[in-house]
Amino acid sequence: MTGLLKTTRRGALGLALGAAAAVSFAVPAAAEVSFEGKTIEWIIPFSAGGGSDTWARFNAPLLGKYLPGNPTVVVVNEPGGGSTKGSNLFAARAKPDGLTILGTSGSTQFPYLLGDPRVRYEYADWKIVMAAPTGGVVYTSPSTGVTKTDEIAKLVGQKLIYASQGATSLDLVPLLGFKMMGLDVQHVFGFKGRGDGRLAFERGETNIDYQTSSAYIKNVQPLVDAGTAVPLFSWGVLDDDGNLVRDPTFPDLPDFGEAYKTMTGNAPTGAEYDAYFAFFTAGFPAQKMVFLPKDTSQEIVDAYQAAVTAMKADPDYQANKEAVLGTYEQVTGKAADALFKKGTVISPELRKQVVDMLAADYGVKLGDD
Amino acid sequence: MIDTLLSALAALMTFQHLAYMLLGVSVGLVIGVIPGLGGIAGLSLLVPFLYGMDPISALGMLIGLVAVIPTSDTFASVLMGIPGSSASQATVLDGFPLAKQGQAARALSAAFISSLFGGIVGAVILTGFVLIARPLILMFGSAELFMLALFGLSMVAVLAGRSLPKGLAAAAIGLLIGSIGAAPATGEFRMIFGTEYLYDGIPLVIIGLGLFAIPEISDLLRKNSSIAEGNALGSGWLLGLRDWWANLFLSIRCSGFGCLIGAIPGLGGSVVDWIAYGHAVQTTKDNPHFGKGDIRGVIAPESANNAMQGGALLPTMLFGIPGSGSMAVFLGGMVLIGIEPGPSMVGADLNITYSIIWSLALANIMGAGICMMLAQPISNLTRIPFHYLAPCMIALICFAAFQATRDLSDLVALMGIGLVGILMKRFGWPRPALLIGFVLAPQAETFFYQALQFNGWGFLIRPGVLIIGAMTLLSVYFGLKNRIDDVGAEGEVVVTSHSSRNIQIVFALAAMVFFGMALWDAAGQSTLGGVFPLGVGVVGAVFGAILLVHLWRGHSDHPAFYDYEIVGDHVGNEGNGWFWTGPAWIGGLVVATALVGFYIAMIGFFIAFLRVRAKASWLRTIVITASAAAFILGLAYMLSLNFPSGWLQDAYDLPWPIR
Repeated sequence: MTGLLKTTRRGALGLALGAAAAVSFAVPAAAEVSFEGKTIEWIIPFSAGGGSDTWARFNAPLLGKYLPGNPTVVVVNEPGGGSTKGSNLFAARAKPDGLTILGTSGSTQFPYLLGDPRVRYEYADWKIVMAAPTGGVVYTSPSTGVTKTDEIAKLVGQKLIYASQGATSLDLVPLLGFKMMGLDVQHVFGFKGRGDGRLAFERGETNIDYQTSSAYIKNVQPLVDAGTAVPLFSWGVLDDDGNLVRDPTFPDLPDFGEAYKTMTGNAPTGAEYDAYFAFFTAGFPAQKMVFLPKDTSQEIVDAYQAAVTAMKADPDYQANKEAVLGTYEQVTGKAADALFKKGTVISPELRKQVVDMLAADYGVKLGDD
Repeated sequence: MIDTLLSALAALMTFQHLAYMLLGVSVGLVIGVIPGLGGIAGLSLLVPFLYGMDPISALGMLIGLVAVIPTSDTFASVLMGIPGSSASQATVLDGFPLAKQGQAARALSAAFISSLFGGIVGAVILTGFVLIARPLILMFGSAELFMLALFGLSMVAVLAGRSLPKGLAAAAIGLLIGSIGAAPATGEFRMIFGTEYLYDGIPLVIIGLGLFAIPEISDLLRKNSSIAEGNALGSGWLLGLRDWWANLFLSIRCSGFGCLIGAIPGLGGSVVDWIAYGHAVQTTKDNPHFGKGDIRGVIAPESANNAMQGGALLPTMLFGIPGSGSMAVFLGGMVLIGIEPGPSMVGADLNITYSIIWSLALANIMGAGICMMLAQPISNLTRIPFHYLAPCMIALICFAAFQATRDLSDLVALMGIGLVGILMKRFGWPRPALLIGFVLAPQAETFFYQALQFNGWGFLIRPGVLIIGAMTLLSVYFGLKNRIDDVGAEGEVVVTSHSSRNIQIVFALAAMVFFGMALWDAAGQSTLGGVFPLGVGVVGAVFGAILLVHLWRGHSDHPAFYDYEIVGDHVGNEGNGWFWTGPAWIGGLVVATALVGFYIAMIGFFIAFLRVRAKASWLRTIVITASAAAFILGLAYMLSLNFPSGWLQDAYDLPWPIR
């Protein structure tokens, strides 16, 4: 991305040509699809006020503004079953007319990847409109003796405590990650959100924690400045080829892979890493995704993707995106497709491996079926 | 600091800001009046308008809305006995009896002045408290939060009613219902019996409506009168103000409690009104008649719930942790206008914090003022013959109930809990005890497990734990001393209740069966996941057994005996309908919903009810049905929600709203 910003004159010409080409291609497609006078329901399988809801309410009016025919996009909350209920409803009922879309989150991806019996939706059926990544930073308390980021190896052999929302929640990523790193972490479950967990860290009840990027900047950076928290690593982001790289929001912090290497001397590999990577992708780079239902025509998908591209240039979008999205860009088209694949596909062996580990170590049962 | 305070005040007092706040207040009042629609619905309505507004005006609008919902939700609680929101459940206990005695205006004006005062006290406390709140809030670890949950549970003592085993068994039932769904420690699912709906547990709104609203409606449906019996409404308005003034210190104390409990993240606002109510009962010496229309039972919770909203702002602003559902949406709104909560709210952004706090006070004044003007005219609702009001109330309750998960199962659950509520009311089982158990079950279990994980058993000797423990013991002591019940008359009447002993024993046995089911289910869980329902189930079974012994062996005036059908004030009056009239009508609506979806079912229900039960003319039937249908449709349209669907919708593809 940064390469594109340093545009040469020739590059600028190329960009302009490309844009012109895109416009001329987009016009016939847009002429066929029109949502004029229509209302588009954006199903959010969570209750109002959560992260996914805020994200959808931020995007909805902008999407409506740039979709052909300027439809009204309304957010419809269908909470329940840890987001499986609304997604099941979408899978069963939505017609391929582009008037119903679904916004999923890591909490929708995880039960699917784990094979939760409540899941009756199939990601592979759906067409992706866009993906919104997120990131996060793991930090520890100086009471562990770690005072600098590169001293992470000192954590090995220590008793660490982490405030978790549950073994099958988004906190499965830190659970798998810490385990791979060989850290001895006691996961205390039952926390209502990462904010709740941060409070436990500030109270001194836990000594390792992570926060998503914007919460980290606003709430943990002051602790770091005051010397009561030490950042360890960011989860990292995926580059265009799907490789783990440093999070551009935190260029000075190592990513998970680097931190792993600092601790063990090797880059992470193997089945355990593959399992971690699948859930990491579903939980961070591909955390929030927007889908059109099964059998939606390519014209409608194109119209949606064009609207996402156009909306990202809107001044309202530019002005408010940082508060809602943090420092990450929502992506569409090929980039979204790549994240979609990586974040929703897991081999049966890896699934079994994770589910068995959760059952053996944490007594997790995925509900009786 | 004074500078910041003054500049924040000046920013508030601009016309534009006040206008936006008034808009927020108006929306909040309307939303609050409708049961089941709380801050979440209201904020969702306003959020789309937030773009491009300056942050202070936008915040004023949001605050205006959040602040007045616990004010206007009192209308439903007092006038109809429907808990307007989870913050007004305790108000029903004395507010509705007052309305039935024709004193609705008095109860309402006392409630509104208490709300106003509570809101202002909350803002005053916050002004100073916000600066030192961070370290104070951080002092409440999992151990202290567990003890606070126990403190809340100690209110069961005061609300247990005449028969202590009955009260404790009811609380145990509440705790067990509250533990349905995922176990906090392991995530395993308890007592779901293969039902997907129960994975998330039963929503609070269903429990509140089922326990309080359904039994009242069902009672009223049997008579052909209006809610207010006999008495003219009179000039209760001024009397309510005087009542409040006479109990000023109670109001101050409850506001303080409300604000502080709201400020502690994790306990949740749903229990604040009960703690305030319990406190009022514990500290009242002269001539208490709680549960039968004591104005102090209105003043206490109403003072507390508005102050609580102020308190709940603290963890939201300082830590980004919403203390309640509406605070979660408020937090989302803050993010949308570009205000990120965090430590800077008491640093660089202190002016925003103060403008929030003082907006809160202003909004409370506006809201309570408007409500007070409306109190007298709206009280006249209680004089409308009930059979015209009833279908509207039933539709409203169902509408409120399916806000929980937007599913037919909500209505089925409402019906189930409603039946439990009806029978509990009939046999003198204290419903508030069940509700408190339900509300506090997840907190008690989660925080106990976390405290053990973090501190081991040593958590028991933490100073905060010891202090709250002592408060809990005092509360139990005073509670048992001033025990009240919500089920009506006492004295010679208990003698006659003995005659329906057998059916009372059957109901107690049903409770025992429930305990048995809980124990059986808990036995199949892992240790961590099963220990809480196991413990509660054993306690419940023990008290259930004691109750059974009382019922089996007790002499005929033993306090365990109670049957509203024998000792209720309606006994001996003319025209009492069949006991199951109410449940039959509501059940009919639920069954019809399962067949043709809620919207069609509701229209059919109105027509059937008005023609068959109310014997209204066709013209009147059509007018009432059409206005109700239009009203519900308008609401659904604004909130962009789909009605629960039935068999018809599964078979055919229909357009909204009958989709």
